[in-house]
Amino acid sequence: MTEALNSAAPQAGQVRPIAKVLVLGSGPIVIGQAAEFDYAGTQACRALREEGVESVLVNSNPATIMTDEGIADRVYIEPLTVEAVTRVIEQERPDSLLATLGGQTGLNLAVALSDAGVLEKYNVRVLGTPLAGIKKAEDRELFKALLAEIGEPVIESDIANSIEEAQEIGKRIGLPLIIRPAYTLGGTGGGIATNWEEFDQFITSGLRASPINQILVEKYLGGWKEVEYEVMRDGADTCITICNMENLDPLGVHTGDSIVVAPSQTLSDKEYQMLRTASLKIIRALGIEGGCNVQYALDPFSFQYYVIEVNPRVSRSSALASKATGYPIARVAAKIAIGRRLDEIPNAVTRQTMAAFEPTLDYCVIKIPRWPFDKFPTGDRTIGTQMKATGEVMAIDRSFEGAFQKAVRSLELGGKSLMWEEGEWSVGTESQQIETIFKYIDKANDRRLWALFAALRRNVTAEEIYDRCKIDLWFLRKFQRLIAMERKLLGNTRMTVKLLLEAKLLGFSDDQIGGLTDELPERVRQMRLENGIRPVYKMVDTCAAEFEAVTPYFYSSYEQENEAPPLPFPKGVVIGSGPIRIGQGIEFDYSSVHAAWALQEAGVKSIMVNSNPETVSTDFDTSDRLYFEALDEESVNDILDNEAQPVLDANGVPLASGEMERPPVILQFGGQTAINLAEPLSLAGVPIIGSSAEAIDIAEDRKRFEDFVARLGISQPPGATVMHVPDAFKVAASVGYPVLVRPSYVLGGRAMEICHNEEDLQRYVLTVTRVSEKHPVLIDKYLEGKEVEVDAICDGESVLIPGVMEHIERAGVHSGDSFAVYPGVNLYSHEVDTIVDYTTRVGIGLKAKGLINIQFVIFEGRIYILEVNPRASRTVPFLSKVTGVPMVKLAVNIMLGQSLKDQGYEGGLWPKQPLVAVKAPVFSMAKLSGVDTYLGPEMKSTGEVMGIDKTYPAAMRKALIAANMSLPPKGTVLFSVADRDKTEALQLIRTLADLGYQIAATPGTANMVESAGIAVQVIAHKIGEGRPDTVDLIKQGKVVAVVNTVTGRRRPLLDGFEIRRAAVENGIPCYTSLDTARAAVTAQHDFSAGANTYNIQPLSWYRTK
Amino acid sequence: MTINATELGTQEKDNHSHIGHPARPQGAAAEPDEINEIGGPAILALEDGRIFRGYAFGAERPCEGEVVFNTSMTGYQEIATDPSYRGEIVCLTYPIIGNYGTTSLDDESREPWISGLIVREYAGHWSNWRGQESLHRYLQKHGIPGIYGLDTRALTRHLRNKGLMRGVVVRMAPGMTEDDLVNRARRSLMPAEKNVVSDVTAPEIYRYPARSLEGANLRLAVLDCGLKENILRSLARRGVDATVVPYDAKLSDIMALQPDAVFSSPGPGDPERNHQTIETLQGIIEQQVPFFGICLGHQLLGLAIGAETKRLKFGHRGGNHPVKDLLTGEVHVTSQNHGFQVMADSVPVDKGWVVSQVNLNDGSVEGLAHSSLPAFSVQYHPEGSPGPQDNQYLFDRFLTMVNSKKDQR
Repeated sequence: MTEALNSAAPQAGQVRPIAKVLVLGSGPIVIGQAAEFDYAGTQACRALREEGVESVLVNSNPATIMTDEGIADRVYIEPLTVEAVTRVIEQERPDSLLATLGGQTGLNLAVALSDAGVLEKYNVRVLGTPLAGIKKAEDRELFKALLAEIGEPVIESDIANSIEEAQEIGKRIGLPLIIRPAYTLGGTGGGIATNWEEFDQFITSGLRASPINQILVEKYLGGWKEVEYEVMRDGADTCITICNMENLDPLGVHTGDSIVVAPSQTLSDKEYQMLRTASLKIIRALGIEGGCNVQYALDPFSFQYYVIEVNPRVSRSSALASKATGYPIARVAAKIAIGRRLDEIPNAVTRQTMAAFEPTLDYCVIKIPRWPFDKFPTGDRTIGTQMKATGEVMAIDRSFEGAFQKAVRSLELGGKSLMWEEGEWSVGTESQQIETIFKYIDKANDRRLWALFAALRRNVTAEEIYDRCKIDLWFLRKFQRLIAMERKLLGNTRMTVKLLLEAKLLGFSDDQIGGLTDELPERVRQMRLENGIRPVYKMVDTCAAEFEAVTPYFYSSYEQENEAPPLPFPKGVVIGSGPIRIGQGIEFDYSSVHAAWALQEAGVKSIMVNSNPETVSTDFDTSDRLYFEALDEESVNDILDNEAQPVLDANGVPLASGEMERPPVILQFGGQTAINLAEPLSLAGVPIIGSSAEAIDIAEDRKRFEDFVARLGISQPPGATVMHVPDAFKVAASVGYPVLVRPSYVLGGRAMEICHNEEDLQRYVLTVTRVSEKHPVLIDKYLEGKEVEVDAICDGESVLIPGVMEHIERAGVHSGDSFAVYPGVNLYSHEVDTIVDYTTRVGIGLKAKGLINIQFVIFEGRIYILEVNPRASRTVPFLSKVTGVPMVKLAVNIMLGQSLKDQGYEGGLWPKQPLVAVKAPVFSMAKLSGVDTYLGPEMKSTGEVMGIDKTYPAAMRKALIAANMSLPPKGTVLFSVADRDKTEALQLIRTLADLGYQIAATPGTANMVESAGIAVQVIAHKIGEGRPDTVDLIKQGKVVAVVNTVTGRRRPLLDGFEIRRAAVENGIPCYTSLDTARAAVTAQHDFSAGANTYNIQPLSWYRTK
Repeated sequence: MTINATELGTQEKDNHSHIGHPARPQGAAAEPDEINEIGGPAILALEDGRIFRGYAFGAERPCEGEVVFNTSMTGYQEIATDPSYRGEIVCLTYPIIGNYGTTSLDDESREPWISGLIVREYAGHWSNWRGQESLHRYLQKHGIPGIYGLDTRALTRHLRNKGLMRGVVVRMAPGMTEDDLVNRARRSLMPAEKNVVSDVTAPEIYRYPARSLEGANLRLAVLDCGLKENILRSLARRGVDATVVPYDAKLSDIMALQPDAVFSSPGPGDPERNHQTIETLQGIIEQQVPFFGICLGHQLLGLAIGAETKRLKFGHRGGNHPVKDLLTGEVHVTSQNHGFQVMADSVPVDKGWVVSQVNLNDGSVEGLAHSSLPAFSVQYHPEGSPGPQDNQYLFDRFLTMVNSKKDQR
């Protein structure tokens, strides 16, 4: 932070007008920094445009709406590094910088740019909150001093820069203690220590995780309430609170991992106002101009409170508060940043009032985090100060119970309602069961919520549960009401209308009611409709109905008055993709948003359904109408019923038959969530536009798919579906090992493995998934070839292929975890021709309408088809941006009846662009302890970045930099590779040695290196058998990168696992595929050879010659 | 200034020591007999014929009055005990009410004044360390009926569109017809049609001593048209020695107290009915005794200086109203509860009076001030309770004004 920056703040009389603003995005989606910053950045850019200010956006994440060329005036998809952004500044000469909407990444980058003197040099002023204010909020010492100055209480704590210091502080304050690393995303590396052993562990990991090697050691206030306030302030010192939120989980669980309710439920007005007043005082003291979030610990037994943390920027909580209240925080924050006052910014929701007011809610909002443990069941599932959730859902209702149950439904955990129980909870006598369940209650974890219900179900009192987990009795008693209803339904002999209505008021789904009363859900629904029990839709209007509002933002409730009369036809419903999870990320929100826009452009009213508060799709002005609802059959059917209108005859009179017309539904853009609705909606007679349920079924049903591709004359890796264990071995033997095995109908590669021999397969069929007639397993020959991916747009007659992407990693690594290159750099033109031909045949054969995604493998010169997804894929935003083909728009218009030709396009391969683009995966492994990081058929990445340039090496280098996976310029690279990879690895090692790197290796690998005449440091000790071992070397920072490949066996090869975890936790690149490693080494080689200076240019520049 | 629990009007001491804490915060699952007492069918009938069906809680008696809505998310007990709600059936727009129980510490006056309470959901299970009894028990004890389980948002929208109107809340009994109830609603009296201030004012003069040795040490006469405790607490904490007088005190009664200043409180009903108070205020302004009025006190000042007051379509009741100070340009979030307003165009600017503050939502008058006289008023509630405490500074501004006037003498 330089003094010049402060003086660059606008001063009376010499204010430079704000004409061109540089906006920093937040980069790839990682745990702790998800789609909420796409929402924030998009709103900000649009707000700037409204104000007539030119915007220049830098973000490395192509899967975002904000990086669309229509959102900002100049879009740079470039790495978020000081070097890259400095070059943008040099080139664009913005007068101002807006950094508070790009999450912690944006903020840290702004600080780094300032520290590097770049902002001063180019005379760029920081808009909104001055950096000094940001530092005061982020630096613990400054923050403490500030709070002491204004008389706000902070928890007893001290800062340590070393283990010794930390230990001294710990002894002084006493246990229990909480360790918080400075400047980290989602509190990486911290934790709560109840004994000194844990304490030592956390101070070590915390110091390491902090980029400035600083931790806060602090008194732990177990059982205190955690409450947050979202506050805004403008340059004229007007302060307002947008929303307060209460965490169900008491202090100690990261707010991103807490179940949150808005507004607070257990605070009286005195407590509410006390914390509100403190929030305003704090935002004033920090001098924030924009949004800010203040977190408190509140004693459940007194008025005592402590300020825990302040986020001096738009955060995940602001996105939640924004969607919970309807108040567009990011938009208003952007306007404040350029000098507008709250009382001059119109309230876009009411259009009658101004942004200077406090929203008031007349409903209850619940947020539940979505954790990735369905993917990583063996990871450490406890939750604490380290955020682990990849996404979240939000639900709104007029009752707590209704909102709560809807939120659980929205999680899309394979139909897991609140009635779900872990198998081991039912083992033994009731008291044994309760003991088991208590283990899930005592310490927070992803299944605690269900454990609470399981305990209540077994008559454990709310008080006893409170004593264990300190979740406020108010919430527990609400849960008891749900259990009481469960019992009522279970013990019920004849369903009455009254009981049915009571159950619906408490949020029970038709499915749950059916399950409890032994009725089919369809029958429950029918009884409901026959008796007029259907939800109405209420508006989120920021003002509890005090003023007439115009926002088309609705939620369902079993209430009396409906505020959402059907929109006039023509209209279409876009089903969104729900919470962000591994395998279904922001890319699908991108496509959903474009689908809504395409409908609007075609003159069709767009209706969005989604449950994710972090997204652009759930912004109030993205579609003509937004239903914030769970994405299951029941909610979608209810919405369609609400939008249904009588069919009219030629004279405009409703038909005597009373026939109703429902709006068509688009399922293609909401990922697997939406696709899963195809069959039930189609059976219910809902018009689905786009590829039919039939086409989806052909693609997903193994047998039908086999027949289908065979008829088209396209090869598939040989294999079969088996239902009995012995058959598995027969099939494997006949196609030959290695084989790829997976349960049929898997999502995102879950439980998919490569078995290299019979032993592997045996373990798989016996332990990973139980083969049975109900649970068939697919066994295919695993072809370790070059993987190619294609997205195409089909109108039923012709197929447009915007581009062919080649994966860097050979088949076997999930496509979402692979580096992908457009256009393919190692593909023969005849291979491309065949792929285009096959794609065309598949598209036409399926009579696909809209987007399809196909994966191929080229093995020994032959092209095999791996899978077809008749929907928008993860790569749609990447390809759309790179090729300039408006893929979603074309697809939507096809669904509306136009052909490609009508839209001025034709079938075949879109002309190759004069550029190379590399999509690189980004992982959040440092935050998920206990999760193995090696890449395989199961997807593990949470986000992606793009490197784009004129040449492959430059694009690759930028992708590696942006993904934080590039090889440091010098140092020791540690090799530990499987036997079968050794020969191949040698080449790589030689290149590295030539480049001046030192090589270290585990004994087996070292022998091979040595015999090739390359100097190598042998690490003799197996982990735990002597020091130093590999992990020690990594921890001591003696290794700059790790190359580690696994043998086919999935059994955690403990050493390999430890090595990989150590690498991830120490923030050094760890390549688990030789292909990725080779790409990184090559990029470094080219760079050293001086042939690799990359461009920093707006996206459109690369597409032009 | 530090806002702490005391500022908010709590009398209890903060318990900074954790020793002796109960194992669990106060709270209760609804008792079995409470469950039996509530839940019978009840009806809200409006004068325009609209009927809302729900269930009864609180006292087992009917009520009638003007149906109004309040958009505060917390503070139901403070609202119930705010005398300005005398004669009104209050619909709370936040749908879950009763969550933190009730405590005698949160009463804003000697008893609750609302006629009845309308909520979406009555939360029988409450939880808060300060709680003493459930909202149901509290209302029952004070003879106030409640109705829950109806679509309060629909009701709010109805009132917003049609304007506030008369209504009755009745527990269903055999032989009752909806028509009877609507007729009963039509016959009921609006607070504005009655002299409600006389119901709520202090029966006799009393002293509310200063609670701080430092501070202003001023003597203040407080006209009680429906005082809230937190106003007195806010003044006492600043060292003010207050003498509370009934609303109809004559100028001579007040001047006999030799006050350094006069304050006029909020209160219910139509301001024009309070002839005596208006006359008293005219005298106070004439004699240049420093004056501060809140809410009804503001409207009475308006009438005293010759401005007009009019009814608002559906009033301002909530804790989120933005008000702009036209003199400083500052915007504050305010707590509001009023059904009448001073008309801007009737303010006698020729006599030095100005509209000092306006509501950002609808532009209505939120404050009056004079170019030279030591008098001002605000339409909203700087004492909050419930609602934001952002405007406590007005009490400081008032006392500064009083002191400077005192120094001049």
